[in-house]
Amino acid sequence: MQPRVFQVGILQLKPSKGKRAQNLEHLKTVMQELLSAGEKPDVLVLPEGALTGYFLQGGVRELAVTRDQLFEELEDLWREVWDAPLDVVIGFFERSDNDYYNSGMYAQLGGEHAGIKHVHRKVFLPTYGVFDEERYQSRGAGFEAFDTRFGKSAIVICEDAWHTITTTICALKGAEVIYIPSASPVRNLEGEEPSNVRYWHNLVSGIAAEHGVFVVLSSLPGFEGGKGLMGASALFHPRGHIVARAAILEEAVLISNIYLDEIQPARYENPLLSDLRAGLPGMIVSLEEALKWVR
Amino acid sequence: MGALTIIKPSNKGESIDLNYALVEQFLIEFLREEVTRVKGFNKIVLGLSGGVDSAVVAALGVKAFGAQNVIAIRMPHKMSSPSSLSDAVIVAEKLGIKLETIDITNMVEGYAQQVPGMSNRRKGNVMARARMIVGFDMAEALGALHLGTGNKTERLFGYYTWHDIADTGPVSPLGDLLKTQVWGLAKHLELPEVVISKAPSADLEANQTDESDLGITYARADVIIHHYLKAYSDHYIESLGFTKDEIELVKRKINATHWKRALPIHAMVSSTAIHEFYLRPVDFRL
Repeated sequence: MQPRVFQVGILQLKPSKGKRAQNLEHLKTVMQELLSAGEKPDVLVLPEGALTGYFLQGGVRELAVTRDQLFEELEDLWREVWDAPLDVVIGFFERSDNDYYNSGMYAQLGGEHAGIKHVHRKVFLPTYGVFDEERYQSRGAGFEAFDTRFGKSAIVICEDAWHTITTTICALKGAEVIYIPSASPVRNLEGEEPSNVRYWHNLVSGIAAEHGVFVVLSSLPGFEGGKGLMGASALFHPRGHIVARAAILEEAVLISNIYLDEIQPARYENPLLSDLRAGLPGMIVSLEEALKWVR
Repeated sequence: MGALTIIKPSNKGESIDLNYALVEQFLIEFLREEVTRVKGFNKIVLGLSGGVDSAVVAALGVKAFGAQNVIAIRMPHKMSSPSSLSDAVIVAEKLGIKLETIDITNMVEGYAQQVPGMSNRRKGNVMARARMIVGFDMAEALGALHLGTGNKTERLFGYYTWHDIADTGPVSPLGDLLKTQVWGLAKHLELPEVVISKAPSADLEANQTDESDLGITYARADVIIHHYLKAYSDHYIESLGFTKDEIELVKRKINATHWKRALPIHAMVSSTAIHEFYLRPVDFRL
């Protein structure tokens, strides 16, 4: 039996605000540079708002695209530079009929089963402090795990991951790899790293270890109107440790193998997901009771 | 059995001290982004007052763009303190930057002669705005960008002349740092002790100091500000060792000056009013 392994490339790229065509060109250049360097990841993972920037306010109206349009753009780009099937996970602002969403797409470019595998629409839209998402975008509904060439996968976007019930649902539905496109402005510089970098890494490390899943955090870098986006993308192992991570603020490409066969021994040692499944009926009752507090 | 170990942390509130190496890294990257990549400039101009704020901005500018691309300008008025001028020289020499001197006395007095009876307060404001004119004009002349030097404490207290040189720089690296944090950054950057230890002053009137004008020290005000902005209750802030009067003073100053931190008010008559309905971020370009 073949080992279940694939290579992920986290593209921590800084978009120019609003310049979709320019940012697609930048992506193309980076893909060409990867090939020139002899690197050919199986899955490329880009951050939230990867081709537009994150803080758009009402500019979502000008910059949102349909999922089909984005797929065509990526497929055109892939056809120009890549010579084998390629999977892509990318955060984008989605237009659908008359609504806008902050979405993440998993697509296979080229190959027998090419196409959009899944689009997750962000459920938890931060609308506090520096964030104002729900003013401009609609909420998605729910979390799915979906089949890919490289294991069962799920996408949660940025604040979605801060509610760990979301990744719990993904893991219960069978996800082995959870992709998190994100954009997190740096704040509170009292420690060795900004407080949100520490928080993100601790949080995602916990998600990976609790459920025995790989987690790919692809986080936007660079500055947007004085707000420094953290970068610090990372790959988290099912045992909870960080396999590799990028620096804060600046562009980076992170390439790593993901050995899906390492999930099973991690879950054998800490069968928390299995325990959760066993205890789930009781938890559901408790959750329904907790709904009484939702007014 | 040994003695019982009791661990009982005392409540000191949140620390306002920062990792200044990280702050330095962040602000250098911020300056390169906003000055060069966004606005297309490689050179900066700033008014070097002899105080700590402009000294820190100059030092960050040197790290971001190189000493040869930082032009400091002293803008004395005949009423200015001689030590402001000499301290600016010490900073410029330490940083190896070019220091120009443009005396604003004639600008200010030329106007003052036409409006007899000008109070010290009015003249101070005219001086501050004359420096703003010089800052923008020298930036234009030198193909550079004029940087703002205001800090968060003075912004929150409204303790500056609206549209003065510190307030109007299109890019302003210290605007989210409290005054005590600016001092911390100054120490980290190893700026001359004289600009770190001197009493802060706008130097717009004789023997003026910030802390006597404000009625509270920066060290105390900044801790109150930090906790107040983070939504801690007055009761909690009192428990950190501050008086009701001090807390009220800080809150009063902040809440009387929101207008000063905003763009001018435009009457809204449509459903597409700019910054009200029509909202685009400052870096949005199609």
